[in-house]
Amino acid sequence: MGDFWSGLGQAAWLVLTFDSDLLAIAARSLQVSLTALLIASLLAMPLAAFLAVRRFRWRRNVIALMNALMGLPPVVVGLIVYILLSRSGPFGILGLLFTPSAMIIAQVIIIVPLIASIAHQSLRDLWQEYHDLLISMNVTQGQKIRTLLWDARRALLTAALAGFGRAIGEVGAIMIVGGNIDHATRVLTTAIALETGKGDFALALALGFVLIAITITVNFAVHWISRTESEGRW
Amino acid sequence: MTHRILSTVCALLLATSLQAGETLRLAVTTSFHNSGLADVLLPVIAKDLDLEVQLLVVGTGQALKLGEQGDVDAILVHSRTAEDAFLNQGFGTHRREIMYNDFVLIGSDTDPAHIQTATTAADALQKIAMAQTTFVSRGDDSGTHKKEVSLWKTAGLDTEQFGPWYTSVGAGMGAALNTASGLNAYIMSDRASWLNFANKGTLVLLYSGDPVLFNQYAYIPVNPEGKPHIKYDLALKLESWLVSDEAKALIDSYKINGEPLFVFNATY
Repeated sequence: MGDFWSGLGQAAWLVLTFDSDLLAIAARSLQVSLTALLIASLLAMPLAAFLAVRRFRWRRNVIALMNALMGLPPVVVGLIVYILLSRSGPFGILGLLFTPSAMIIAQVIIIVPLIASIAHQSLRDLWQEYHDLLISMNVTQGQKIRTLLWDARRALLTAALAGFGRAIGEVGAIMIVGGNIDHATRVLTTAIALETGKGDFALALALGFVLIAITITVNFAVHWISRTESEGRW
Repeated sequence: MTHRILSTVCALLLATSLQAGETLRLAVTTSFHNSGLADVLLPVIAKDLDLEVQLLVVGTGQALKLGEQGDVDAILVHSRTAEDAFLNQGFGTHRREIMYNDFVLIGSDTDPAHIQTATTAADALQKIAMAQTTFVSRGDDSGTHKKEVSLWKTAGLDTEQFGPWYTSVGAGMGAALNTASGLNAYIMSDRASWLNFANKGTLVLLYSGDPVLFNQYAYIPVNPEGKPHIKYDLALKLESWLVSDEAKALIDSYKINGEPLFVFNATY
C-alpha cells in the first residue's frame, strides 16, 4: 500500500513541477491516440452507416466479423504490423517502423472494429426510425448516410470515446511497433511497463495516475464542448 | 469540412514522421539498459558525435532478430554463441568486445538451499536443485537466460528434467526479479539490474565472484549489404567512440551505491 501513496504523491509532484519528460511523453500519448482516433473514426463511421442503410448479401457476415474483431488481441496486431513495416517486410521501404506513425497504424487497426461496431448499433436503431421518411423523400444513399451520421452524432461520440479509451490505454501493440524509444516513441503506457520492469512501482503508478487523469480530462472536455446531457434530447 | 479534416490528418501524420538530425538505432539488452549506464553515455555521445542514439531495449534474441531484418543499425548484446551464429550468417560485419560485468545469484535472506557457502557457481546451482527450492528463470531466450541454461549444464543438470520448482516466467530481467521477490525464490540476475532494482523485498545477493559468471558485452554493426538504409558509417563512428579513452573512463567510473558495475576491456 505504501507504493500507492508514494505513487500518488509522485504523480502530483511530476504534474505540479511540469516535469519536461512527463509533458513530452503525455503529449506524445495524446498525439498518437488522437490521430489514430481521427483516422479510425473517418473509416469506421461511414462504414457503420453504410452497413446500416445498405442491404447486400454478406452484410450480416460483415457485421458479425466486425463485432468479432473488437476482440482483436493488440499484441498480435503489433506483431503483424511489425512484420509488414519491418525493413525486410513488404512496406519496409517506407521506413515507418519504430516511429509514432507505426504506432498510429497499429492503433487504427485495433480501434476501427470497436468504433464501427458501437456506431453501427446506434445507427441501426436510428435507421429504423428514419427508414420510411427517408425512403418516401427518395433521397440518395449518400444523403441517407449523411443524415444518419449527423443525427446520431452524440451516439457516435460515445463510440469515438470508447475507441480513444482503448487506444490510449493500449500497450502490447505499440511496444512492438514503437519500440519504446526514449524521446521518440515512448508513451505513457510503455513508460509504465518500463518502470514496472525496473521494480519502481511508485513511479509506474504515478505515470498511471497521470494517464487516468488525461483520459478523464479528455472525456470531460468532449462532453463539455458538445454539451451532452444538458439541453433537450441531444 | 472534409478538406479541413483531411488536411489535419495529413499535418498530424507529417508531424509524426519528421525526425531530428542524425539518428542511429541501437538494439541493446534489458540488462544493459537497466544498469543506467546508457543515461551516462548517450548524452556524451550526442555532444561528441552530434549523433542521437535511439535505444531499442529488448532481449538478446529479439535484438539479433532486429539486426537480421535490418531494423536497427547496430546491436550491443552479451551472448557469445548467438553472436557468432549471427556473424556466421553474415548479418553483422564484425564483433567488438567493449566491456563486461557479472551475474549474481539472488535469493531470500533465509537461504533455504545454503548457497552462501557454495564454492563455485555450479556448486550453488546443484545445492538449489538438491533442495528443490523455487527458482525463477527468465525463460525468454535472452542472453541472461542462455547463460543460466549453460550454467545448469555445466553443473551437470538438465533444466528439462526439473520439477515445478523451476519456474520459467518468459519475461525481462525486471519482471523476473519482481516474480522472484513475490515468490521469495532464487534467481540469477546481472549485477546492474539487481543493484538498480527497487522492489527487493527479502531478496539479497547470495553468491557471486566465480569467473564463469562474467558477462561480456559486444558491439556488432549490422551488415549493410543489400540494406541501403543501414547507417553503417554512423555505426562505425559509434564503435570508435565506444572503444575510446573517454568511453573507458566513463564506463570504469560508473557506480551504483558505490559499487563499480562494468569493466572496460576493449582492445584497439
